[in-house]
Amino acid sequence: MGNEYRIALAGNPNTGKSTLFNALTGLRQHTGNWAGKTVSLAQGSVQFKDKVFQLIDLPGTYSLFSNSTDEEVARNYIVFEKPDVTIVVLDATSLERNFNLALQVLEMTTNVIICINLIDVAEEQGININERLLTNRLGVPVIKISARNKKGFPMLLDTIDRIVTGAIECHPVQMFYPDEIEAKIMKIEPKVREIVGDHLSSRWVTLRLLDGDEALLNEISKRLVPEEV
Amino acid sequence: MDKPNIIKLVNGQKGNLIKITELNLEGVMRRRLLDLGFVTGALVEVIRKSPLGDPIAFRVSQTTIALRREESSKIEGELISNGE
Ligand SMILES: Nc1nc2c(ncn2[C@@H]2O[C@H](COP(=O)(O)OP(=O)(O)OP(=O)(O)O)[C@@H](O)[C@H]2O)c(=O)[nH]1
Ligand SMILES: [Mg+2]
Repeated sequence: MGNEYRIALAGNPNTGKSTLFNALTGLRQHTGNWAGKTVSLAQGSVQFKDKVFQLIDLPGTYSLFSNSTDEEVARNYIVFEKPDVTIVVLDATSLERNFNLALQVLEMTTNVIICINLIDVAEEQGININERLLTNRLGVPVIKISARNKKGFPMLLDTIDRIVTGAIECHPVQMFYPDEIEAKIMKIEPKVREIVGDHLSSRWVTLRLLDGDEALLNEISKRLVPEEV
Repeated sequence: MDKPNIIKLVNGQKGNLIKITELNLEGVMRRRLLDLGFVTGALVEVIRKSPLGDPIAFRVSQTTIALRREESSKIEGELISNGE
């Protein structure tokens, strides 16, 4: 276990998650059931330096608010199974749409890499992406790749490595909401923290409660309460 | 200056460009439409209307998405251009 790390791949449909997964893992993959659901997620491993990264290919979704089974599986994996790093794969030609999901992930968990894929297509279309500016604004590494052409992989693997060793610390930018909502968060969050402890982001859980997310409440009582956390 | 011409998405004609001003929906349906890109300020183009007017295909944030009447009748926006 000591040098093995779990790396989840999340992202909108059709952004190249499986292409990236296959290119990195080659034939070293199998499927397994997660989160108590009979949805099988492909898993495979890639060796890097002295470490083994276990990659998990999550279903592609536009959101993680559990409007569908796919969204629920991806969300549950990220918040309850707690991968060491979550990579969000974005389509470089459609960043505005893709950032909806990316910002949701940044609210849920800390160790995130924003991986901008299809950079070859974007370049053909004359789209320029300043990944350093994005890294500064988002507080997590932003890396440009082309999964199909296997471009950008060394940088991606090195960044995963540096996050799991603690050489890079992620500080995802915090989204602020209108005063009325922030006031409610301030009121509820301390109580939420008493219940979820360090297991989940208390701010994120608070936001989901304010949104009336009962599915999440059920999931929390199923997973956290029996252990008397 | 003309007053902004506010219409419902369901009443848009092929080629119309509409800037969303309001979503009169709640709960899961609202959430789903927001996730698909129907947010205040977004520019939406009417791509195709089926013969009976339901569903209607819209282009929003570089993706084509078809909405049913019960959804498109609850989204309002400013008609920016007729698209001719
Ligand atoms: N030009 C180009 N095409 C790519 C790249 N990465 C992926 N593709 C293509 O994009 C399409 C979708 O790739 P997938 O890997 O299936 O996407 P996915 O994210 O797994 O899709 P879902 O599982 O449906 O969410 C395929 O036709 C790939 O060949 C890339 O870097 N450049
Ligand atoms: Mg896939």
